Amino acid sequence: MQTPAPTDYVRATSVSHAISLLEEHGEESRILAGGHSLLPMMKLRIARPEMLIDINELDELRGIRVDGDELVLGAMVTHREVLESPVLFEHYAIFRECEKVIADPLVRNRGTVGGSMCQADPSEDLSAVGSALRGSVVIQGASGTRTVPLREFHEGPYETQVEPAEIMTEVRFPIRPGAGSAYEKVERRVGDWPVCSAGVYVVVSDGLVTDCGIGLTAVSAEHFCAPAAEAFLIGKAPTEDNLRSAAQLAADAADPSSDQRGPADYKKHLANELTYRALVRAAAASQGA
Amino acid sequence: MQVSMNINGEPVTADIEARKLLVHFIREDAGLRGTHWGCDTSNCGTCTVWVDGEAVKSCTVLAAQADGHEVRTVEGLEGADGLDPVQQGFIECHGLQCGFCTPGMLMTARWFLDRNPSPTKDEIREAISGQICRCTGYKNIVDAIHWAAEHPRTNEVTA
Repeated sequence: MQTPAPTDYVRATSVSHAISLLEEHGEESRILAGGHSLLPMMKLRIARPEMLIDINELDELRGIRVDGDELVLGAMVTHREVLESPVLFEHYAIFRECEKVIADPLVRNRGTVGGSMCQADPSEDLSAVGSALRGSVVIQGASGTRTVPLREFHEGPYETQVEPAEIMTEVRFPIRPGAGSAYEKVERRVGDWPVCSAGVYVVVSDGLVTDCGIGLTAVSAEHFCAPAAEAFLIGKAPTEDNLRSAAQLAADAADPSSDQRGPADYKKHLANELTYRALVRAAAASQGA
Repeated sequence: MQVSMNINGEPVTADIEARKLLVHFIREDAGLRGTHWGCDTSNCGTCTVWVDGEAVKSCTVLAAQADGHEVRTVEGLEGADGLDPVQQGFIECHGLQCGFCTPGMLMTARWFLDRNPSPTKDEIREAISGQICRCTGYKNIVDAIHWAAEHPRTNEVTA
């Protein structure tokens, strides 16, 4: 039987209330979002928070909206809401393609965007999407809010820029008219963590790539992205040769380890091939194919 | 801490430890043993119940989180008009062998069919991709849910 260690529980009534609770209870307190990473870690006693601060009742952290030229997701938006959102799909197919292969429908009912981002698992699918799209996160503390690019957000596995008495409140993504996007994942069985995933967007204008982003997860790419591959593609036609070369550069950004999900050279191969497949589909989508 | 929730329309109140999982509250404090406690790791789905109309794995929700909310378990599926069509479908199509996964299958199936009343068999397979059955190979379970889709329910949803 797996049971969390004894803990206390309190419901936050607002974001500022949650922050004051974090300050009051210190580093042994934890925010409880969807709970689908934290509670399993507590059952294994990898995490032993003394106080859980539940933010599930905070409507201010929910909802998906367009704000000017950005898509804004509240931190407590669930995976299912991302999967089913017409406005996210209208701008980026990558959201639906990625969410469809995250866990299973019941976990997606409960797990949240903010929780996944803050858990910062090195194999997190949404982290590849966030880096590919060059999203940013809004972090709130007692002294106010700050915005951090997702490509600077991760400090290492399970470590982010969110300080002990801070909360992530929003994730924001720039809207790019004409962008095509795609997500490719290989996992051992349905709903599992990826062996490797690649997510990309491409903007093709007058036959040339004018903008692109390439995200990778589970292969130790720094900040889940492949900047050299992106730089290579800018100004080039999305031909098979060019996309193959970019995919090879993306694989060069990967530094995977051999583990139960596969040997390192296999993961490198996947980073290359999955990036290529995603680039092909995204470039075609951008050109209206 | 004191926790109160409505389970299948009935209020249940108990004094519990904050660390208690919803599945154990349902089985021990509410005395409803239809909800099964399986893998403990959010994989098998036999503990699936509804919280405020949303299907969730109750081994990965604290009972405290359901305080003040509406919970529906497999015992709440049957209505005044008899068995829910998903229950009848599992009988008609022999959708179980040992039956351990069945409560979760039923609760997920009803939640899914309420949102997608005319699914394909592929969509049914995806819907139950968070449920594990170690007996049947899933074919009869998919058939049972498909049978239920063709026999719309007449019972009121209680939560």
